[in-house]
Amino acid sequence: MPIWFRDFADHYLMWNEGYLIWISDILILLVSLGIVFTLTYLKKWKWLWKEWLTTVDHKKIGIMYLICALLMFFRGGVDALLLRTQLALPGEHFLSAEHYDQIFTTHGTIMILFMAMPFMFALFNVAVPLQIGARDVAFPYLNALSFWLFFFGALLFNLSFVFGGSPDAGWTSYPPLTENAFDPGPGENFYLLGIQISGIGSIATGINFLVTILKMRAPGMTLMKMPLFSWSVLASCIIIIFAFPALAVALGLLMMDRLFGTHFFTMYHGGDPMMFVNLFWVWGHPEVYIVVLPAYGVYSEVIATFARKRIFGYTSMVISLMLIAVISYFVWAHHFFTMGAGADVNTFFAIATMAVGIPTGVKAFNWLFTMFRGRIQFKLPMLWALAAIPAFAIGGATGVMLATAPGDYQYHNSYFLVAHFHQMLIGAVVFGYLAGMYYWWPKMFGFKLDERLGKIAFWLFNIGFYVCFMPMYFLGLNGMQRRMYTYPSDMGWGTLNFVATIGAYLMGLGFLFIVAQILYSIRHGERDITGDAWDGRTLEWSIPSPAPAYNFAVIPTIHDRDAWWELKQRGEADAYKTRREDVRDIHMPKPSGRPFLAGVSFFIAGMGFVFEWRWLAVLGLLGVVACLISRALDDEEEYEMKANDIIDTEAKLGRLI
Amino acid sequence: MSHAALQSRVLLALQGGGLSSVLKPAGPVAGQELKIIAGSLILTMIVVVPVIVMFAAILWRYRDRQGNPARYDPEWSESKVLEVIWWGIPIVIIGVLGAYTAKVTYALTKPPETKVKPLTIDVTSLDWKWLFEYPDQGVATVNELVIPVGVPVSFDLTADGPMNSFWIPSLGGQEYAMPGMVMRLWLEATRPGVYYGHAANFTGQEFAGMQFKVVATSSASFSSWVRHVQRAGHPLTLAIYRQLRQPSEVGEQQYSSYPRNLFADVVWREGGQYMAGSVPSLGSTHINVSPAMANMGN
Repeated sequence: MPIWFRDFADHYLMWNEGYLIWISDILILLVSLGIVFTLTYLKKWKWLWKEWLTTVDHKKIGIMYLICALLMFFRGGVDALLLRTQLALPGEHFLSAEHYDQIFTTHGTIMILFMAMPFMFALFNVAVPLQIGARDVAFPYLNALSFWLFFFGALLFNLSFVFGGSPDAGWTSYPPLTENAFDPGPGENFYLLGIQISGIGSIATGINFLVTILKMRAPGMTLMKMPLFSWSVLASCIIIIFAFPALAVALGLLMMDRLFGTHFFTMYHGGDPMMFVNLFWVWGHPEVYIVVLPAYGVYSEVIATFARKRIFGYTSMVISLMLIAVISYFVWAHHFFTMGAGADVNTFFAIATMAVGIPTGVKAFNWLFTMFRGRIQFKLPMLWALAAIPAFAIGGATGVMLATAPGDYQYHNSYFLVAHFHQMLIGAVVFGYLAGMYYWWPKMFGFKLDERLGKIAFWLFNIGFYVCFMPMYFLGLNGMQRRMYTYPSDMGWGTLNFVATIGAYLMGLGFLFIVAQILYSIRHGERDITGDAWDGRTLEWSIPSPAPAYNFAVIPTIHDRDAWWELKQRGEADAYKTRREDVRDIHMPKPSGRPFLAGVSFFIAGMGFVFEWRWLAVLGLLGVVACLISRALDDEEEYEMKANDIIDTEAKLGRLI
Repeated sequence: MSHAALQSRVLLALQGGGLSSVLKPAGPVAGQELKIIAGSLILTMIVVVPVIVMFAAILWRYRDRQGNPARYDPEWSESKVLEVIWWGIPIVIIGVLGAYTAKVTYALTKPPETKVKPLTIDVTSLDWKWLFEYPDQGVATVNELVIPVGVPVSFDLTADGPMNSFWIPSLGGQEYAMPGMVMRLWLEATRPGVYYGHAANFTGQEFAGMQFKVVATSSASFSSWVRHVQRAGHPLTLAIYRQLRQPSEVGEQQYSSYPRNLFADVVWREGGQYMAGSVPSLGSTHINVSPAMANMGN
């Protein structure tokens, strides 16, 4: 082997770190070759480009987000199992400290930013335009750009695993630990650039859906007639727009420290590491509500649908969503009660944090009373929504406990905290997204996911969830702090850790059953030809599954909150079918390869910054600028879909009257 | 059952094994914190228990089965009375808990006891070990903390390196040790014993090994321990400190003396010089950094 190759392999591919890396390299190579081969063999390259890479259709973008989210769920889940395997017994040497540190960092970052966020955006894209009677989002081109920025940001971050080395300072990435002095090398740069690039996309998505919801609702759908999922997306978008810029600034300044020798967060020349902590959590805590509010929206839709009853206390539900959105800005310092801010500050943030519990509690009661005097069907979406209620009752209670500042002095950075936020982020957020996935799956693909496999997955995951996280509360109270790669046997933490690991594996098994369920259902899942798979209440169920490219041949007029349900009750469902004479030509946004190319350019620039190859960074940024200019000069952004073609399509779908 | 009795029941139910436990306080600070932990648990259960009970009951009663006699009322979706109840109850609970939290938060910024003269210990987090300096006794230790029982201790915390958090669960909650700043944490042991101290904020590779031993002992044996360390005649020199500052694990160490201004100089050099006012306990007496220290910066 030539010496230069050895150097390259050890330095960039980390081949000196042993067999785990080699196996990963081989697997990645095989999978990539497999994909290229399959696409070539089936002559699908053109299809891939035309139908997916250049699409600006919110429904397809939603599906791409969903695929990425599930892949990232897998990656983050494997990380979690590696961590739990290492901690199963005291004094284990399955992972070195270095590898453990990298894996808990990538686990956290991926689960929050590259699993939860795209999963949420998948649901935004799949459901919101259909639910409010719109033909697409307000800015379809921007929507595609958001997706590709997310995609290439995530790709850049994940690449660190096999090229250059993973970040290893926690998903919170506090300086001064993350400054060059303590953490040289590209790992931390991957974190900064990967999140920065996808974060730009997130801000754009926030703006896009805010405008879509405010400006593109069907006639008659006043805000107070809007479905609660769309309300929750509105609340979430408002928080995105105000919170994500703080993250962009924090990451940007830390990047300047690392790459250009500034001193924003170093200890020297007047830098202040505390400032990063503040900026990070000014985004970080609202981020929790960004991801959880849409899950609340899903629960409201799913519970009303499967209890076959109107949502209870709609007005209260809207008020509580907006209250949470506002209060979420006034709680960030509870992440560092123990950093010496003083009693005044701590008291303020403690009480503000507890106050979030009030509207959240109200929502739980309203869901319960939606089911009261209803008829509850235990279908898959409903199961996940129901499972969320006890999970988040417990997680919410420990959240209020954590909010008591003096109590937090004992919980902070311990496994008590770890247990709490996993209980919320899985029990409240992931359960909600899975409920949403099962609920809207027939709308996306025209078939349901298999109930039997889904129920096995559900029970494995749920039992695993409690077996894994309940012991962690007690580990925390016994003094086990987070992020330790191993622990001595005499601390008495062994048994509980072992139990937690068993729970983690049960959850992993549950996930495998979800994968099996999806693969099985692609062939054998129950087909839905009605478009109304669950006897739904809202507008998206009034059109075929999957919806045609233009969504609504004629934009419907809304009279009631549960518009579709009320029509069906009155026996007037035909009112939402298509009358030939009402169909007009439709302006549709044109597909464009530019968002994809802009993503590639950002990726190249990102690589350049990560490895401080300035020429590559400049090259990538030039690509970005070229995309911007070419977009500015492009004045054919739309094409016309002819009324006759639409009538033909509607006729084929059996919707013409 | 009285409130206190209920509280102690809950506490008993929570007691786990382990050497280091929030649930077995060995001092007044940990005791107060445990009280607020138990109190907040009870208060939140006022909401959580009914929610879970109602949840189970509703699922059973209103399940969609042929011939289920329970009432079905698909249009019923408003009730002012009910809504007032579940906006009201959480507000009252949070009000009570908030007031209690405020009271304890302010109380914990003061020494747990005012009749006894407090002991000051300057704590520095290093990669990956803890340095404890006893300014009044003139001795220093690494990874071993000896304190007298019944005496409030003011821990003045800083870091020479990444920020860490200093935590002795049996004695009370933690506080961050941050470079360039000095933060104070009041703790006191009322029971003699050996406790565990933890590093609670991640500082890199060997962070997991940063536990330290805490020995709480009678005032008399504390004094004799101090004399013993002083007599051993093994001083902490600047050269040794420079070595300690390097990333490493060193086990437990005792030093008969240390440079007078070491703690203040470290704070000053690591950023304190830019943060006038953030170093209250040091005042303005440390304007001049000793030349040996000035050279130690990165």
